[in-house]
Amino acid sequence: MNKEIKILLVVVFFTLVTYWGVEPFAHSAMHKHVEGEGFAYKEFPAVKAGDAAKGGELVMGAAACVGCHSIKSQGMPAPMDAATAVASYGVNPPDLSSIGHIYDEKFLAALIKNPAHALGVEHKFNETKMHPMTAFFGAGGDIDQEIADMVAYFKSIAPKEMTNKEVFVDACSRCHAARYGNLTQLGETPKFKYEKDALAYKVKVLEYQDKLKAYMGKLPPDVSMLGKSRSHHFLETFIENPQSQLPGTSMPKVGLTKEGTEQVIHYLTEIGDANKPARDSLGWKVILFFVIFTILAYLWKQSVWSKLH
Amino acid sequence: MAHFEKAKSVNDWLDQRLAVNTLRRVLSTEYWIPKNINFLWAMGMVLAVTFGLLLISGIFLLMYYKPDVNLAFDSVNNIIMNEVGYGWLWRHIHGVAASVVFLIIYIHMFTGIYYGSYKKGREMIWISGMLLFVTFSAEAFSGYMLPWGQMSYWAGMVITNLFSAGSLELNGVVEWIRGDYVPGDAYLTRFFMLHVLLLPLVILGLIGLHFGALRIPHVNNQDGEDIDFDVESKKYLAGDTKESKVIRFQWDFLSKDIFVLGVFLIFFFYLVFYHFSFALDPVNFDPADGLKTPAHIYPEWYFLWSYEILRPFPKDPGLIAFAFAQVAFFLLPFLDRSPNVAPANKRGLFAIWFWVMLVDMIVLTVMGKLPPEGIYNVIGLYAAVTFLVLWAVLPIITMLEKKK
Repeated sequence: MNKEIKILLVVVFFTLVTYWGVEPFAHSAMHKHVEGEGFAYKEFPAVKAGDAAKGGELVMGAAACVGCHSIKSQGMPAPMDAATAVASYGVNPPDLSSIGHIYDEKFLAALIKNPAHALGVEHKFNETKMHPMTAFFGAGGDIDQEIADMVAYFKSIAPKEMTNKEVFVDACSRCHAARYGNLTQLGETPKFKYEKDALAYKVKVLEYQDKLKAYMGKLPPDVSMLGKSRSHHFLETFIENPQSQLPGTSMPKVGLTKEGTEQVIHYLTEIGDANKPARDSLGWKVILFFVIFTILAYLWKQSVWSKLH
Repeated sequence: MAHFEKAKSVNDWLDQRLAVNTLRRVLSTEYWIPKNINFLWAMGMVLAVTFGLLLISGIFLLMYYKPDVNLAFDSVNNIIMNEVGYGWLWRHIHGVAASVVFLIIYIHMFTGIYYGSYKKGREMIWISGMLLFVTFSAEAFSGYMLPWGQMSYWAGMVITNLFSAGSLELNGVVEWIRGDYVPGDAYLTRFFMLHVLLLPLVILGLIGLHFGALRIPHVNNQDGEDIDFDVESKKYLAGDTKESKVIRFQWDFLSKDIFVLGVFLIFFFYLVFYHFSFALDPVNFDPADGLKTPAHIYPEWYFLWSYEILRPFPKDPGLIAFAFAQVAFFLLPFLDRSPNVAPANKRGLFAIWFWVMLVDMIVLTVMGKLPPEGIYNVIGLYAAVTFLVLWAVLPIITMLEKKK
């Protein structure tokens, strides 16, 4: 074999061994492996077939959902603004317009029946410190059927398709800001003509965040860079069940479907690594340029060295 | 006063004033390189080009980077990466080149060790090269502070703490280096200054010294043969290019360098576009937080071997071993007592020394990243002891070597 090729193989061998040791091997030793559950939510019982019309009556009536929650798509405004809501509950109760689309139905049913259990935050609440969402104790009939009816109602009013950003805003942004997406816990930050208005808005955000901090133990982190600082697998398993990756965390199980989770992760990449598509499409062209460069350089080298050997 | 004539061409005009023809001859067309070399001899040029990539990409990054603890992280991760046109490209080139440059430096160093290119008049080439290695290390460390992520902050905390010198508890020195009790704004701004001004100036000066140090002893060759460059170059100039043992720097040597450079750049740009997380650690995409220590703090891969010489020992002996590891390679030309300049595989015991040293440094590198627990601690300790023993036995085994 050509001596240069042999030397190259030795160099490549030691380089790859070092790479393997400090990257795949070291990282597998540093991070515990969490196996996902495929968003099956097996811990929750199956939901019966429901009647959306009956469910609608319960949601507006006996179950009293709209006492705290808005359903903007059905013309039901929030009973109180975000600042008052966060002061009362610790976190702003979500709008219910899209929950039938983005959350798993078994999770929704379990949540209505026993919020702290479904959210996986029973370690934070007890008899004297109740979860701010009141459990549904039934409207006189079969409670599981009533819950199934309500879930059917939420599915019937939910949009069939949502953008990545919409899923993120509905599922995550009441707790997490995303400054690279211009989002705070109060939604998209508007543009203000006068600085005092911008500052007044900032004060509102800070006040909301202080209440949230008191409720969660610490301010949930801004997620702008999580698409780059965490692997896809970590985000997927963490969103599916936060306790699996961070035992004791105050982040609740969100109950997102697999599709919803993928959309959230996509959104994180869109704001944290906006130029990934440009990078992927330019890369192979640059590499091709250097392949041609190298072939020409080789031919030139051969012609120069032909008179030397 | 010198005599000037009406110039016949631009080149002639310049030649009368700057002697460009003489310069070109002395610096390149009649700068003689041995013919008996392989592609490892192109690593110098690969390094020069990688340094050029770092310099150019660094200039572009400098136009948007903000050395302020409140702005630094977002100026890198949002302004440069998301908003500035092709800012992401400059950042990836800069980050990946900073890591790859050390791979090439290590290949370049071990080439020099293997072929004995550090002795018999070549000591200053080796020493200036080692000075470049140390300065590049400082440059890499100071640059790593700038994105002000979690690893920047905590690596800065750990490394500056070393200057308290163990039981001497020189905490004043640490505070003096940081300009604060913990890494903060003063710290970030002074490391910014080191990274973009002082250290690059030193590096440019040292590159000049390194190139200059090559002129008199000349480049070594694959067999360590002592070539009479005057005789061989005359042979070449007389037209006997096939029999001559030397070649011109331009274009004989450069044509091969540029081919090797092409292969390197294919590899490099593959990393820049598609495989960069080894150089841009995900942990550093979390903003610096002095109240949240990361689960694992480790330096970049190229510092791991010396980090692992520090880690397995008790505090004071560990620091002494670590300090020795930083200067050990400077001593190589003086600890190698054999007069032979030859490839390691023709030098008896030294061949074993070379391969054990190479493997030991790779073992140290891997153990330096792994969590310091269980079997990894034991392997790390043995590897660190092996490193120290290798330097202790080097003078003995090279003295035993037969003179060729």
